[in-house]
Amino acid sequence: MQLYRAECLFPSSPKPDVLQIHIIDFDDENNIINKNVLLHQVGEIWHISASPADKGVLATCYNKTSDGKVVTCAAVWRMPKELESGSHESPDDSSSNTQTLELLCHLDNTAHGNMACVMWEPMGDGKKIISLADNNILLWDLQESSTKAVLSSSSALEGKGQLRFTSGRWSPHHNCTQIATANDTTVRGWDTRSMRQIYSIENAHGQLVRDLDFNPNKQYYLASCGDDCKVKFWDTRNVTEPVKTLEEHSHWVWNVRYNHSHDQLILTGSSDSRVILSNMVSISSEPFGHMVDDDELSDQEEQHQEEKIKEPLQDSVIATYEEHEDSVYAVEWSSADPWLFASLSYDGRLVINRVPRALKYHILL
Amino acid sequence: MAEVEAAGSGTETGGGSESGNATGSGSGWRRPHGPLQRYYGPSAAEAAEATPDPADINGPHFDPEVFLTKVRSECRLGELLSREATLGREIRALDSDMQTLLYENYNKFISATDTIRKMKVDFRRMEAEMDDLASNMAAISASSARVSAALQDRHRRGAQLAGVQALLRKLQSLVEVPGRLRRWAAPGADPARALHCYARARAVLRHYRHLPSFRAIEDESHSIMAELAQRLRARLRDDTLDPKELTECVEMLLQLEEPPEELCEEFLSQAGARLEAELAALEAELPPSDPSGTASTPPPASDILDFVDRGSSAFVSNLCLLAASYRSLFEGRPGSGDGRLEAFASTLTTRYFELLERRLALERGLGDTSLLVRALDRFHRRLRALLELLPAAGAEAGAALVARAARERVARYLRALQTFFLGCLGDVRQALAAPRPPGKDGPGLPDLLATLSSSVLGQLKAVLAYVQLFTARDVAFASLPYFKGEFCVEAVREGLVVAFVRWLCRTARGFADSPAERGAPAAPPALLLLLARLCLDYEATTISYILTLTDEQFPPEVGQLFEEGVRRAQSSDSSRRAFSVYSSSRAPGRYAPSYTPSAPMDTHLLSNIQKLFSERIDIFSPVEFNKVSVLTGIIKISLKTLLECVRLRTLGRFGLQQVQVDGHYLQLYLWRFAADERVVQGLLDEVAASAAHRCLDPVPMEHSVVELICERG
Repeated sequence: MQLYRAECLFPSSPKPDVLQIHIIDFDDENNIINKNVLLHQVGEIWHISASPADKGVLATCYNKTSDGKVVTCAAVWRMPKELESGSHESPDDSSSNTQTLELLCHLDNTAHGNMACVMWEPMGDGKKIISLADNNILLWDLQESSTKAVLSSSSALEGKGQLRFTSGRWSPHHNCTQIATANDTTVRGWDTRSMRQIYSIENAHGQLVRDLDFNPNKQYYLASCGDDCKVKFWDTRNVTEPVKTLEEHSHWVWNVRYNHSHDQLILTGSSDSRVILSNMVSISSEPFGHMVDDDELSDQEEQHQEEKIKEPLQDSVIATYEEHEDSVYAVEWSSADPWLFASLSYDGRLVINRVPRALKYHILL
Repeated sequence: MAEVEAAGSGTETGGGSESGNATGSGSGWRRPHGPLQRYYGPSAAEAAEATPDPADINGPHFDPEVFLTKVRSECRLGELLSREATLGREIRALDSDMQTLLYENYNKFISATDTIRKMKVDFRRMEAEMDDLASNMAAISASSARVSAALQDRHRRGAQLAGVQALLRKLQSLVEVPGRLRRWAAPGADPARALHCYARARAVLRHYRHLPSFRAIEDESHSIMAELAQRLRARLRDDTLDPKELTECVEMLLQLEEPPEELCEEFLSQAGARLEAELAALEAELPPSDPSGTASTPPPASDILDFVDRGSSAFVSNLCLLAASYRSLFEGRPGSGDGRLEAFASTLTTRYFELLERRLALERGLGDTSLLVRALDRFHRRLRALLELLPAAGAEAGAALVARAARERVARYLRALQTFFLGCLGDVRQALAAPRPPGKDGPGLPDLLATLSSSVLGQLKAVLAYVQLFTARDVAFASLPYFKGEFCVEAVREGLVVAFVRWLCRTARGFADSPAERGAPAAPPALLLLLARLCLDYEATTISYILTLTDEQFPPEVGQLFEEGVRRAQSSDSSRRAFSVYSSSRAPGRYAPSYTPSAPMDTHLLSNIQKLFSERIDIFSPVEFNKVSVLTGIIKISLKTLLECVRLRTLGRFGLQQVQVDGHYLQLYLWRFAADERVVQGLLDEVAASAAHRCLDPVPMEHSVVELICERG
């Protein structure tokens, strides 16, 4: 039974023309890790995201060198069918099964500059993609079963100097009409219908903002991280002050991720080679633990419940994972098991970890 | 190529397999002992455990009854019969074996019997001889006792005689004491030896003084020693004694049990006289102190450094010597009075300071400031040596003296600057007023202004450079708190620079305000114009420039306020060169595997192994409050940032080479600022490895070329 499907990758050596995507299957019951290698033949990948509607479709941003110049392009790909279903191959032939991705379409960016990231519409039908290219936000419609990408609308960030988006995130709330982007130290919110800016957090971080993530259960809540070693939580309705700030890392924070179902669990990865799992109960959607309907409570349970309300969990760091020897550039929660997560570092080491059991029971019970 | 390794999965899954392992290892532990036991047979412990089996016919606990009962109850008739036959056969075999043995060893038995018989006979003879020996020994011991009894009396007499002789020898030496004393205590002889001899004899003489002859000896030696004391006292009053002789003299007098109070008094007055003489010699060099002070005195014969040198080598060192010997002579004796030496020394040092002050006042001109600084430095150093002996000898006064001299010098520089400015101004006036040859313009105002301001600024800088000598690092008194703070701020910044600028303003205004009413010629308008422009320039830029310059040179730099901190693996510059040679042989090896695509796994493995042995570097580790620690923190953060930036780039061939050169340069120069150079080395290695990894066309530059570029920089 396949429980975990992480799609992580890291840009490493640009030299070989053939690059690989590794699909890692983690079988929880047997504790077996199985990998499938997909060749990505056009260049090194800097960003990847999977379609929410079709498991076999993914989009990548990759570097291409032509005439000694490096350009970053984006494309949509399809995995081979047998991998898509997540079928479990026998582990012994795992080394031999390298397969090639099938190109569906290019996102033509010749007029817009280097692609920084690609976002799929969350919970959508896999037809809408937004990509960030230098200072442009491009909204694409995928047509003819994703073999053709048509630019439906775009917007450009105007301002002094050379503006360049570093990262972006599509909000799953508000009927998927909002996205957030980061450029330099600023975080901006956009409405995808009008392609206009709706809010802007100037100087969100002291230095470059590296990553963003939306709280999946609580609209208006946004997490950001950056080179000032901090992780900040924002309420986008009032952006003058962060709601909460975490300062646990000792170097740039490259990734911040909300757990998909229990949004108090925050995962951060940093180039200080540490992965930190934090419990931000006070600003989560379950601030006092799991709510139980009053009718179902027996007297004893009621008492128990009262105790819980009296003593809400404190915001705290749950664990610091120091298995990595080098900078951690990606962390991700499992989409299949909410208690599982993976992290990837420069030297190519992928570590899969689990939320501590005690905390799991505390959250569930 | 993203080589994704699946490493350690969840930590909680290991429990079950671990317990299984534990039981497995339990049984596996014993197995190797089996063969050993078989080899060595059953251990003693096991033999004791086994119960004795009475039915075992070969065992030591064999019981025939039990055996019979057992065999009868267990075996069938046929078996019994066959057992009986077997037993009979075995008994017969044993019998015949026994017989064979007997026959074979028959000869041996015979010869053994013979031997025993022979021994018996021999021993009988030996017994008789032993008896003879015993009786002889008894006779010998009896005669020996007789002999010793006869000799005992003589032996006693001999011992007595020896004792008497020793006593006589002692008496002889006692009788000789006065003669020896007289010989050694004679003027010019060896009084120290006489003292030594007297000290040995004195106790004995005192013990036997009730005997008239001994009393005579004692009295005689007493009178000799009194005479000696008299002579020593006379010598003590002699002015020509040097401190060492003085000390010896007093020491001997003390041994003669002269009253210490008196001696102490004598010693101090004698030493005082001597030091006074030295001070007087110093004073003689100075012109007589003139109350009016302004009379033109001839320039001193020797320079200030010479003066201080002589003062410190004669006066200060003698004072040190005397203080030290006073301590050793009178320490702990009654009447040496606490504070007596201190009072004595402080009066003398006060006089010395006065003299020095007077000499310093003679330094009218702006002679060599470095000479003055050196003189003051020497004075301060010698004074410190004295202060270690005598803490009360006037530390503050000495420091104040040095500070005063420095202040005085600064004030003098201010006056010199003012004079210089007025001189320049006079030149300008002359140039303006000079008749101009027809057809030729005089010097333009801008030129004059430029000359004026640049020469004034140059002079000011020169003065600052001179004054800075007072705070130089190798000068001992620069570490005084006054010179660290107040001198820089009060004396130099305010008293010299700011005062000069103020004075400049006043002077300029004076030119503008004073009309010609006092008879002095009014300033020409061109001069006023020039001064106005000068003041404007000063306001705009010059003042802030001068002050910044002063602040840079004087208020001690931030770094100096912090301690250095500890630096690990400190190495000299020369060893650094050696290291760079070493790395040159190594560096290509480091690049090589990373650009041969045939062995990508090797690099990976290599870097992992390297990391295994290098400690994790904590980039934002806590910083201690000292220079090295702060610098190390900054270096680590910067290099880590460089590393991350390199990893985000895609480099071409020249990009890689640039990183290579940068890395080498940093390696050459950065180590001396970091606490642990291995940290720097490790981070730079990682930068180099990442750059090679991120390069499209990884052709590294020849290491010799890299070195050449860095050396030239």
